[in-house]
This record gives sequence, C-alpha cells and structure tokens, in this order.
Amino acid sequence: MQIYLPIAEVSVNAFLLLGLGGLVGVLSGMFGVGGGFLMTPLLFFIGIPPAVAVATEANQIVASSFSGVLAHLRRKTVDLRMGTVLLIGGLFGAALGVLVFNYLKSLGQVDLLVKLCYVLFLGIIGALMFVESLNAIHKSRKSGKPAPRKKHNWIHGLPFKMRFRTSGLYISVIPPLIVGVVVGILAAIMGVGGGFIMVPAMIYLLGMPTKVVVGTSLFQIIFVTAFTTMLHATTNFTVDIVLAVLLLVGGVIGAQIGTRIGVHLKAEQLRILLAIMVLAVCGKLAFDLLITPTEFFSIGTAGGH
Amino acid sequence: MRILLALLFLALPAQAEEVVLGLSRDSVSISTTFDGSDILIFGAIKREEPIPDGPPLQVIVTIAGPDQALTVRRKERKFGIWVNTEAVEVDSAPSFYAIATSAPFNEVISRVEDLRHGVSIPRAIRSVGAPMTVADPQAFSSAVIRIRKANSLYQILEGAVQVDQQTLFRTSVTMPANLTEGNYRTRIFLTRGGVVVNQFETVIDVRKVGLERWLFILSHEQPILYGLMSLAIAIAAGWGASAVFRLIRP
Repeated sequence: MQIYLPIAEVSVNAFLLLGLGGLVGVLSGMFGVGGGFLMTPLLFFIGIPPAVAVATEANQIVASSFSGVLAHLRRKTVDLRMGTVLLIGGLFGAALGVLVFNYLKSLGQVDLLVKLCYVLFLGIIGALMFVESLNAIHKSRKSGKPAPRKKHNWIHGLPFKMRFRTSGLYISVIPPLIVGVVVGILAAIMGVGGGFIMVPAMIYLLGMPTKVVVGTSLFQIIFVTAFTTMLHATTNFTVDIVLAVLLLVGGVIGAQIGTRIGVHLKAEQLRILLAIMVLAVCGKLAFDLLITPTEFFSIGTAGGH
Repeated sequence: MRILLALLFLALPAQAEEVVLGLSRDSVSISTTFDGSDILIFGAIKREEPIPDGPPLQVIVTIAGPDQALTVRRKERKFGIWVNTEAVEVDSAPSFYAIATSAPFNEVISRVEDLRHGVSIPRAIRSVGAPMTVADPQAFSSAVIRIRKANSLYQILEGAVQVDQQTLFRTSVTMPANLTEGNYRTRIFLTRGGVVVNQFETVIDVRKVGLERWLFILSHEQPILYGLMSLAIAIAAGWGASAVFRLIRP
C-alpha cells in the first residue's frame, strides 16, 4: 500500500516502513541500542530526503527511549543527577548542531556532512566492537578473567567536582558536560540519540557502573532528541509525523520480538552480529561516496527548504 | 474614438478554428493514498467554415506545474570522494511539465512559434543568473531536464494525441506520485504547417486534501504546536509500548 508523506512529499510503501521500523526495533531490542544510527541511513536508501529523515528519526527516538527509560526508572538504574549534567551539555550541543546543520544546508553540503559523520562513526564503532567481541570470544574460550578496568585517570584531576550518588562517583562536571555537548551535536546532525557513542564514553571515560549507564543515557537522549525535534520542526519544517508514526508502530512491535530473540543468544555473538551490521551500513555509505556517480548533478530548492 | 474601436475590432483575425475542451478531471487531490493520476484530455475543433486545405491540423497539449526557483549543484571528486562544488540558480522551472503532440515535435511547431509560445521543455525553464565562474551553465539546465525526465516529472509524448477527421482529439497524461501542490497550467495549441492557429488555456488544480493538507499547513503555520504534537505522539507510543510490555511479561 503506497502512502503519501505530507512533509517528505514522496510516496512510499507503508508496509516497507512498518517492516523497516520492525527490523530496527528487533535489533534495538536484541542489542539495547536506540537504532537511530541504522534507521536514518535506511531511510536515505528508500529515498526519503536526508533533512526529513534526520528530523523525523529524532522524533522516533523520543518514543523508543521513553519506553526504555520507564523500565529503567522502575529498576532504579537511572542516575538523574548525572543525566541532568549530560542534558545541560546536550541541549547546548543540539542547538549548536542545528546551527551547523542549517549553515551547511545553505551551502548544499548537508548530505555530505551527514553521510561523512555516518561513515566515520559507524566505521569506528563497528570496528571497535568487532575487535572487542572477537577478543571476548577468544578469552571466553580460554576461560580467563577479564582485566579489571582502571579506576583512576586524568579525568579525576579536573576542578568543579560533584558527587553522583547513584553512580557512586565524585568527579568533575566538565567531562560529562563535554560528552553531553558532543552527543547533542551528533544528535542534531545525524538524527541519532547518540547512545552508541555515549554508552562507551560513560563506561570508559567517566567510569560509571555499567548497570546505570543505559538508563542514564536513555534519560538524557529523550530530552536531547525532543529538543532536536522541536528545533527541526520550527526552523526547517522537516518533521514528517506520518513517517514517524509508521516507524514507531513497527519499532514498538519489533522491540518486543527482539528482546525475546536476544535472550537466546550469547552476548559476544550478539555484539559481533551488531558489529557486522554496523560495518555493512558504513561500507554501503562509503561506497556511494567513492564510486563515480551516474548523475553528477542534483536539484535543490533555492534558498533552503 | 468609436471609429478607432471599430477598426480595432475589424483588425482582429477571425478565429477560423477554435478549441472546445473537455477534461476527465479539473482537479487532482493528493490524499494519503495518492499514487499518481491519469488525466484524459479531449476536445473538438469548432469551425464556421469547411476544413481548410493545406497541411493537416496538428494538436499540442502541455501541462505545466507551478514554477519554482532551483539550485542545481554539480558533484566533483575532491580528496577521493564526490562533493557538491559548483551551484547554479535556475530562476524558474516548472515542477512538472508534460507535452503531448499529434506528430513528431519538429513537425507540429516551428522554432519561431515554439520561442513565441514557450512550448518545448527548454523554453519552459528560465535561467539567467549563472555565476561567471561556471563555464557551462547550459549543462545545469539540461541536467534539470534529464533528472526530471528520469523521474517522469518532465515528459515528451510525441504522437500521443490522436486526431480524428481533423476535428476530434484526445490524449492522456500520467502524473506521477511525487507531485507538488499548485495550479497546473494546461494549454492546447492547434497548428497548421508549424504555425499556431488557435490556443486554449485552462487550469488543473492539484491540492493536498484531508489529513495531508491539515498536517502540511499545521507544520508551516503552527510549527511549535506541530512539534509538540509529534512529541506527544512519540511519548504516548513509548509509554504505551512500556505498558504493553508489562502486561505481556509481568
């Protein structure tokens, strides 16, 4: 069934969108990632204009992370204080990101920037995850214990220290603020929640306990993506509510199925599958940038949207 | 004064052949399930005198979407990847343009008449402001034509108009799903030997309707409300999913 999207102004198959939402939902349920970093490139592939894909995806992430954070609040695995600090940085970063986005849109380079960001971040995260999970599989075969993480590093020497009880930390507010800003910028430019960058940063840079990381990251993501949605809706008019609803419905159902599948797989196997998928998306995007295009020209509306 | 008016009236050429037009529809509604539209254009030629001798009557039908200013960008390889570099502003290009003719285009209308009435696709595109740094501005407007032809937004349907007895004509134009809203100017030209003998103009109204229209207007006129509504739907869906989750597995 073809459906005409009022903002994107293209006609797409509704079942394709439901299917995509479901597929990414399954993956996010299996791996505990927001799925934005997979969904946005998939939307590019099916012909949704990048500006609409990015803005709409931000709206969809609000839904999936809100659903997730409710579960974490019940389990008391959200560090609200840390979340708020990350959020302050995040809102600032999101505003900065939308400014950069609009400036590049006027130059006609926004597609390139979004795609380069994707190739770069998907490539790095995918490769790191691939190597790490290979090592983990290797180690579990030898049944050796994982090396303990270093508890103290240069981060702990910075001023403006603050106590985060839920995380059991007493550290400077500067690193969480910076992490927040970086994730905010990425959220605005790439249309992702940024969980796949924030989670490693919280574990390895801030030294937060793994059990509060996901909930806290989701808490922060809700507000940053909600803010990004509002900014895109008011400055670019590129949030397509029909597209968002179709993706949401698929995503919600997919996430339930995904969580069930996830239970039956080993953690390392899951991570290596995710890494392969991330690298595949990255490879496809990089390939498109590198090969000689069949059409050298592209048409854009004069003076922005 | 009265004599002048009378003279003017006399000076007007008598319309020997005139178009009487019918359209299968004079409006196209873009609804949620919109998937393109076929428009049947038919008509007759009214004349007071017998069919004139000489070259046979030919018919040209054009449908043009609203004009838009465009920015056309060209990709070039820089640092190994393909990047948008040069840009040319096209002052106005129709968002949709279809030409249906009763014979090959060059036979139905002369170059001079094409120039005068702006019939062919290149004549419908206006581009004057190419920057001096761009060596080949024509390449940009021909790129617009090439890309839009590939998307069925620009169509040349040579020989698609059927003319019976030099009196009745009919054709059909398929409009694709990715249409822009607006008034679609529809023109019918009658030609003999490449010269336009009569022309007729009407408008096909292409509008988003229902939910599509409401959402589009809301997003542009009440962006804050629209943004909040999007968020409210997202929050409700997220909460709903969480509630269903708890019901399924307590």
